[in-house]
This record gives sequence, C-alpha cells and structure tokens, in this order.
Amino acid sequence: MTDMEQARRVEADVDSCDPCLSVSHLSLRFGAGCPSCMAPDAALERNVCPVCGTVHAVRDVSFDVYPGEIVGIVGESGSGKSSLMKCIYFDQDASEGDVRALPFDGGAGNILDLSSQHKRRVRNTVFGMVYQNPYLGLRMDFSSLSNIAEQMIASGERRVDAMCERGYELLGEVNIPARRAKDAPALFSGGMQQRVQIAKALSNNPPILLLDEVTTGLDLSVQASVLDLILRIRRDYGVGMVVVSHDLGVIRMLADRTLVMLDGRVVERGLTDQILEDPQHPYTQQLVYSLI
Amino acid sequence: MRPLLSIQDLSKSFVLHNVGRTVTGCSHISFDIMPGEFVGITGRSGSGKSTILRCIYRTNLPESGSIVYDSAAFGTIDLCTCDERRVLYLRKNEIGYVSQFLDALPRQSAYDIVLKSALETFGVEEAEHAREQTEAMLRHFNIDENHWELFPRTFSGGEKLRLNIAAAMIKRPRLLLLDEPTASLDNASKLKVRELIEQLKGQGTTMLGIFHDLEFMEGLCDKEFNMQKGMMA
Repeated sequence: MTDMEQARRVEADVDSCDPCLSVSHLSLRFGAGCPSCMAPDAALERNVCPVCGTVHAVRDVSFDVYPGEIVGIVGESGSGKSSLMKCIYFDQDASEGDVRALPFDGGAGNILDLSSQHKRRVRNTVFGMVYQNPYLGLRMDFSSLSNIAEQMIASGERRVDAMCERGYELLGEVNIPARRAKDAPALFSGGMQQRVQIAKALSNNPPILLLDEVTTGLDLSVQASVLDLILRIRRDYGVGMVVVSHDLGVIRMLADRTLVMLDGRVVERGLTDQILEDPQHPYTQQLVYSLI
Repeated sequence: MRPLLSIQDLSKSFVLHNVGRTVTGCSHISFDIMPGEFVGITGRSGSGKSTILRCIYRTNLPESGSIVYDSAAFGTIDLCTCDERRVLYLRKNEIGYVSQFLDALPRQSAYDIVLKSALETFGVEEAEHAREQTEAMLRHFNIDENHWELFPRTFSGGEKLRLNIAAAMIKRPRLLLLDEPTASLDNASKLKVRELIEQLKGQGTTMLGIFHDLEFMEGLCDKEFNMQKGMMA
C-alpha cells in the first residue's frame, strides 16, 4: 500500500466510521412544562421552572460515541448524568429526543420509539449496563452464574453448558474465583458485586457499554482492578462506552472525550485532557480546581 | 517545500472565572517548522513556552490564530479547529508529546508503558517486533533490566523522565513536541536524550523543543526562538 492509499484509508476511517451510539436533543422532564420553561433559553432556578415547577432533569443533550471510544460524563450529583443514562437504556421514558444505535438496524431509526418488545431486544443485545447500585443490575438471591445465564437467555441462548462455560470464563475475567461462582451476590462484598455486574453486562458481547459510577464506593485496589478491566475490554473488543462519574481521576484515566453536565445541560465538551487542563466554563473550572 | 507546521498569529489566554482575571499564555506567535527541522524555544519560566506546545497538542484550546499541520493522514489541517477525533488520531499516530512529568497509568510496569506505546504504532500483529523495540529502547535509556517489571512510581525522577521519553520516542512520531525533556536529568542522561534526538533527527523526525539550558541545544537546533512575556523576542 502506498502512502497515498494509506492516507486515504485513514481519512476514510476517521470520516466515514459511523458512531455506534448517537444521542440527539434528548430531554427528560418531570412535570408538564409551561410556555416559559419550554423556551430554548428559559431561565430556570437550577433545573426547576420557577413558574410551573417542572423539573428539567436532562435538557437537550446530544453526543456521539464511536466504536472503541470512551466518552466520559462528569458533573455534580443531580446534574442529570444518571437520568441521561436511564433514558438511553429505557429505564426512564425520555420526554423527547432521538437515540440511534448502529448495531440495531444499522442505526436506521430512533430506538426510543421502538415497541417494548424491540426495546427489550436492544437492552439485551446492544447495550451492557452497569449501575452504581448493584441491586439494580443483579438478582441478589440468585447465584452469580444464574445472573449471567439470565442475561444470555434473554438474548436467545438456550444451551446450558455454553452458558455455564461463558459464566465461568467471565467471572474469571473479573477475578471472581470459580468456587464462588455459585454463590449469590447477596453474600459478596460491594466490589465483588460490582464485578459480577460487569461480567453480566459483558455476557452478550454488547457493542456498547453504559457505565454509571461503576467505581464509586469501591476501595482503591478494587477500583483499580475494575478500571483496568474496563480498559482491557475496550482494547480487546473495541466496545464503545459511556462512562458517568463524578470522579475526575476516573474520567482522566478512562475517557477520550468528556462532557460536563450542570443542571441537566451539557455546559462544556472536549478532549479529556483539555477539559481538565484548560477548562473554559466557570463550572468546569470550579470542578477541576476542587480536585484535591 | 511546505512547512510541516505553520503557526500564524497564535494567541492564548486563560480566563480564570473564580478570580475574574485573564492571564496571557502567549500572544501573536507566528513561525514555521520545515520537515526534518529541530526548532528550539528558550525563555524564562512563565514566558508562555509550554502554552505553545500545549496548543499544538490541543491540551490547551487555542484562542485565535491558526496552527496548520501537514498531516500524512489528512493533508493540511488546522489543529486549532479540527474535530477532536482527528486530534486523537494524530496523537496516536503522528504527533508525540514528552513532558517533564510521567503521564502514565499507575499499576503498569515500566516495560508495559513503553510496550503499550509501541503496540499503538506497530499494531498487535507486530507484537514481537514491538517487544524487541521496547527492550532496545529501555536498554538505550539505561533502565536497569531488573526494574522493567516494576511500577514507575518507585522510580527516581530521572528514571521516570527517561521512561517517558522512551514511550514517546518509540512511536517515531512525525512531529515530536519536547517540553523541557532534560529538566531534571543528570548529565549522563541528558547526553542519552541528546543522542536519541540526534538519531531521530537523522531519521527525519521534525521536533519542537523547549529547553532552558542553552548549552544542551548547541549545534542541534536549526532554529531558535526566545520568548518573553508571551511574545517572541
């Protein structure tokens, strides 16, 4: 291949490669909204409309995630990070917006408009979700292996031996010893539960991972091994990820690009190192300067 | 011949909202670097040298002006305004950055840090070649073989810096940005760095470096700029 050909191929790679997840103008409101707060530049008290009291949890958020890329979302509690994730994963019905996932129908339609049956398919085959709270992602009284099997059954797997094998493989991957595989996550430490949740999320080889505060509340060494695992998954499988965290250290380590959220809006976005070294928005500066 | 990097009227200031002040990083900087040149910037600390380098690498968001880079993949491209994914591609494949500080993930051995960088360049298919190069590079920088599997946290400042340079140089970038790469090194290590810079120059690598010890650069630089208060003197 000549240099010119190489150049064209790369150009084509960066340009024509489609995002695996594309979110546009996503909003989530609690309340009916009124003419005053529905205007694009409405003045709210933080994210609450002073006239009608509607809470604007997510306001007109758009971003793309490309295969193999990690996009970070930072912001204080209540800024709408988790609500955004829940809308994408259908845990919460978005008020409006358009979400397209390349692995589903080639990103042809808005997945928020799908029937509940199709949404279930997207949840089971396109996304892997890891919640901050393992109780949301796991059945605590079923064995870890069953938790993984459940996810695989949901995506159409029926062979018990295949599920068992995959279960052991994944648990090994996240450093859960084989002898604990048949124990229920209720008997595990928080860090182990989180790792079982990751194993479960990975079981169908989802092309997109949604990680919501995965390391919050874990001790440092467990946190480190979870972060290593996430980077390894990205490297080995080219999975696109959205990582929500209020921990800038985690974001620095994981994310290629970062969005900063405040009161439901994205106030700044850019390369992660640029956001951290040269923040532009007053809120981002405050956030970065608060780093100890 | 087209310059590899052409900076026109680059200005960058930092707006500090919490104290309501604006600090000037650099203002109205213009210069060209031709392919294969080694350009040095000198100047007192705080004169804005690093700001220029960081603008080229886009760690700092340039405020005005242009930084036109002649990329192998994209042709001429303005690094001030091009989209972030292009910047990420260029960082991975064409533009290297060496700072005074080791910027690597913790819990990686010295060997893995350099190898990871090598694999990004040579590709996983060339893993064996990447390993050979990694070993050669670590030896070149006199990093004791017994220390290869250790975490660099336990290294001395000079060792960390040499590791940092090794990881950046192994990629043989087209454009290498050196932010005081010799700042905390002893003379023997400085000479090692100089040796490698000469070698890279021989291979046609274009370099832009900040140095405050002028003697070190003597005979190496094709051009030298001096910075004062954010301007070129």
